[in-house]
Amino acid sequence: MTENKKQKSEETSTNLFDFLSEELIFSILDFLDETPLDRKSFSLVCTSFYSLEAKHRKTLRPFRHHYLRKLLTRFRNVRRVDLTLCPIVTDPSLADISNACGDKLRAVDLSRSRCFSGAGLRCLAVNCRNLVEVDLSNATEIRDSAIAALAAEAKSLEKLSLARCKAITDLGVGCVAVGCRKLRLISLRWCLGVGDFGVGLIAVKCRELRSLDISYLPITDECLPSISKLQHLEDLVLEGCFGIDDSSLEVLRHGCKSLKRLDMSSCQNISPVGLSSLSCGAGDHLQELTLSFVSPVTLALADSLTKLPGLQSIKLDGCPVTCDGLKAIGNWCTSLRQLSLSKCPGVTDEGLSSVVSKHKDLRKLDITCCHKLTYVSIDHVTNSCTALTSLRMESCTLVPREAFVLIGERCHLLEELDLTDNEIDDEGLKSISRCSKLSILKLGICLNITDQGVAQVGFCCSKLVELDLYRCKNITDSGISAIARGCLDLEMINIAYCKDVTDSSLISLSQCLRLNTLESRGCPLITSLGLTAIAVRCKQLTKLDIKKCCNIDDSGMTPLAYFSQNLRQINLSYSAVTEAGLLTLASIGCLQSLTLLHLDGLTPNGLATALLTCEGLTKVKLQESFKSSLPQPLLKHLEARGCRIRPTMLEAKVRGHHVARLRTNLVAQLLELLRASFQWL
Amino acid sequence: MDLEEAEQWANSSSGNESRKELSSNHPPYSNFDSAQLQQKWDDPSMLDYGVRIEQSFQEFNQPNNDQAKIFGQEDVPMLDSVRTDKIPDWDPGTMLNNLSFLEEKIHQLQELVHFIGGKRSQVLGRPDDLVAQQKQLITADITSIIAQLISTAGSLLPSVKNTLSNTALSVGQLSQPGGVNLPPELGMTGCVQHQNNGGSKIPDESINTDLTANYGAEQSNNFDEHEMKDEEDADEGENLLPGTYEILQLEKEEILAPHTHFCAICGKGFKRDANLRMHMRGHGDEYKTAAALAKPHKESGSEPAVIKRYSCPYAGCKRNKDHKKFQPLKTILCVKNHYKRTHCDKSYTCSRCHTKKFSVIADLKTHEKHCGKDKWLCSCGTTFSRKDKLFGHIALFQGHTPAIPLDDTKGSAMPADHGTGTEAANKGYISPANFNFPSNSPGQTAAQNIVDDPSAFFSPINFETCNFGGFHEFPRPPFEDSESSFSFLLSGSCNYSQKTGGDSNSNNLE
Repeated sequence: MTENKKQKSEETSTNLFDFLSEELIFSILDFLDETPLDRKSFSLVCTSFYSLEAKHRKTLRPFRHHYLRKLLTRFRNVRRVDLTLCPIVTDPSLADISNACGDKLRAVDLSRSRCFSGAGLRCLAVNCRNLVEVDLSNATEIRDSAIAALAAEAKSLEKLSLARCKAITDLGVGCVAVGCRKLRLISLRWCLGVGDFGVGLIAVKCRELRSLDISYLPITDECLPSISKLQHLEDLVLEGCFGIDDSSLEVLRHGCKSLKRLDMSSCQNISPVGLSSLSCGAGDHLQELTLSFVSPVTLALADSLTKLPGLQSIKLDGCPVTCDGLKAIGNWCTSLRQLSLSKCPGVTDEGLSSVVSKHKDLRKLDITCCHKLTYVSIDHVTNSCTALTSLRMESCTLVPREAFVLIGERCHLLEELDLTDNEIDDEGLKSISRCSKLSILKLGICLNITDQGVAQVGFCCSKLVELDLYRCKNITDSGISAIARGCLDLEMINIAYCKDVTDSSLISLSQCLRLNTLESRGCPLITSLGLTAIAVRCKQLTKLDIKKCCNIDDSGMTPLAYFSQNLRQINLSYSAVTEAGLLTLASIGCLQSLTLLHLDGLTPNGLATALLTCEGLTKVKLQESFKSSLPQPLLKHLEARGCRIRPTMLEAKVRGHHVARLRTNLVAQLLELLRASFQWL
Repeated sequence: MDLEEAEQWANSSSGNESRKELSSNHPPYSNFDSAQLQQKWDDPSMLDYGVRIEQSFQEFNQPNNDQAKIFGQEDVPMLDSVRTDKIPDWDPGTMLNNLSFLEEKIHQLQELVHFIGGKRSQVLGRPDDLVAQQKQLITADITSIIAQLISTAGSLLPSVKNTLSNTALSVGQLSQPGGVNLPPELGMTGCVQHQNNGGSKIPDESINTDLTANYGAEQSNNFDEHEMKDEEDADEGENLLPGTYEILQLEKEEILAPHTHFCAICGKGFKRDANLRMHMRGHGDEYKTAAALAKPHKESGSEPAVIKRYSCPYAGCKRNKDHKKFQPLKTILCVKNHYKRTHCDKSYTCSRCHTKKFSVIADLKTHEKHCGKDKWLCSCGTTFSRKDKLFGHIALFQGHTPAIPLDDTKGSAMPADHGTGTEAANKGYISPANFNFPSNSPGQTAAQNIVDDPSAFFSPINFETCNFGGFHEFPRPPFEDSESSFSFLLSGSCNYSQKTGGDSNSNNLE
């Protein structure tokens, strides 16, 4: 930035920029890709920079579809249009995009949008011949005809996601299979209308397929033979395919030689017998295997997978685990890089120790909620797996505080550490602060830690990006300010329910210019002053939760509205903000999500005005009473703009529950009476 | 019939291929099947259908049965309870209705019991049979009321599962002591079935009539199919050495003569002697003897039969005896069909699609039976009656695409080079691939077809679309041709629209 300004001053005198070629400026701009604000500043320097930046921009992520046409006339070389922030994308908008971008367009993401149809998609496909990637996930309304219209024209399509397109059937997928022969990736997750025929045809026609996601589809054995003949398939996701059983896997034995990643989570009909057929043929190149919630990890299972030479990662989340099974995994000849045993009942010190002592190369270990683990496990893990980069051990409640010292002493390469709900204390934290590469640290509900420990982390872990201090009740301003001083790259911080935190914490946190998420729920001492500091300096702020910050009022909203132009999501429930504050907030152009529960100073009229002003809203959470007091036409208008208003269902839920119970009781009594009367007869 | 049997039937009707084929002549069945296939795969309602048929059968067979009538009356409140069951969250309105229904019934029950109580003291002096008769009447009343109470009460429970387990249990327990005064097993099983299918399908008078219509139609169809089989050329794999058989060649006029067997009394012509013999029975008892009805040449089989084969009179035809690779025809019928199919004009046009032409009327009939019912269409214009056949076809050929039914396009332009849109429209083809029936605005299609060709209006497709509004609104065809399959199509679609139209409709607009 400063350099640019310097250059600018030179420009006025000697106009050196005339000598600077476009390519050079473009390569300079390539380094600015990380943050959108830098690009904005660059383009604001002068008209030539403005046009150069516009020429250089490859990706567009507009906030609203209204501006699309303008944006597209400015940015002529856009390759990638990401419409995830536009809830409403109509066919004319798609036509605009296709006309403006033409053959330059490579990718379109419509995964969060609706209101478009086959006509728009067809327009896109016809005009943009080089379209390679289309994401239509969550387009629950589109039907076969729309897919067919796209597939008939988009011959060069390579990546297509149709996840949750529930209305499409085998016919639509069949059209894709025939039309898009170059497909390399397709996701049909949750397309409940698609079955064996559609999947089978995809496998027959799209021989280039690398990645196939058919999770939760009602498929059976029928389509597996054609899948197994895919020469290049690397990634196969069969999550929740209940129609697949051991005999189906037999088919894979002879095919799928290229398979690298296989996900069979929640396939309930798979047993070790079926899995053993993997190790015979398909598993030669298998690197990652996900078997979460499949079958108990027993000796048989571990033995059935023993012949997978290239296996690097295995996820067994939620599977009941036996000690023998873990020991057998330990005896595998491969060297695992990643092991996930999250929520596996039955993981004991003995079992885990035997695994980790063999797989010394382990980089990622997840033992979340393995409640039986103690000091012994952590001792073994840290002793043998010194190269760990990620350790997640939420709620290992039996692990004593001394164990955490070992982590810091032995595993210096840790980048991610989840210690939520553990017994760790300041000594442990001080030890952990030696992990200088740490970027994600989660210490939620660690009740033993104080400012001392956290300050040490702040001093040493300068690369920290995410810090979770949820309900760490002993943390005060000194801890937070140490963090703010030491970790200038901090992007996310959660200080919810740290009751002693005051404005000075926020003021010090405002030094972290990259901060985008601040969650300070239930901090009663925070006032508008602290919030103002954050708003003024942390321009990247996108998510803000000040629920139950009862001392934040309208005066905090004004700076927020003025400075935090990137704010997208805010929770104001139980705060002292009134409708005046809400109205000022409404001027934030990209505000999308509002949660407004129990705001005393809010009237229906004020709310209605705010909702009308804030054009980009997609999600508003309100009390039920408020929703009913809003005029119907307004609700319809908001709906048409793509805004969903969700009343809290709490009251209704409680009521419904009560009635349901009453009803069940009554009916039971009634039936009892009837039975008695019958017997009497 | 007990529950297990019903379930078995249901299973076989949903899963069994042969059953499907058998019913493929009947739009209500086939529609329903396809609808089921399209529905959520874990939807257990496949079962319902069979059960429903079963029930209606029971009622149909014994229409005088009191119990059956009572259950028939009960339909109205049950219908409401059905809806509540279908919606995961219950609907308070229907709940209230059900509850007030229960209240009313309980009052009735109370009155009856009071009545019994009062009578007991009085009847002591009366003749026994009168008392017994009265008692029987009262218990019958009570039985019916309680049965209704159980079914309605069951529908109040939060989920179908609960309904099933709870009420089935109670009914089972009830019927044990009920051996004394429970004559109508039928009634009770009916009740159980209600619960079993979650009350989702209600026996209704209309089903009964439809079913009879269907079965009538089925019989006539069976006859047709029998005829078809006879006419098929069955000599494909035959390898008779030349000279081992006698070759006959009929003249063209002979082949094209419409009938070859004429009644000596009334002059009516028949294609087959067997049919003539059947016909003759109507002319008097003397034709009904076994000898008269038997095949005339049966006895003469003692002499060594010369194998007869036929030659086509058309010179140059492979079936002509002068052809180098002559392949004889087996029977006269084969000759006739071959000659007509190969060497004659195709003068019979399908009255529905107006594109397919046939020279053999039986072929036309076969086609008409399936015309418009080929739900699976390829971009090349080929239609398939089965989805797997379509996908097999597409997998085999390059560039062929499954064609999306018109009702699905929803205004978005079909790709122009698809070539299917026009053809499909020409044929009046609207594939109900996704749904049970086309959902484009009924008026539009109907109107278009009227303009194009008045007779097209009576195609079954149009019946289905017109049906949208309900049974009474749709136009009756001016003719009732029992030979063609219209009659059952008609009743079929009525049945269909009444029973499932609502559901599939909502499904459609989802």
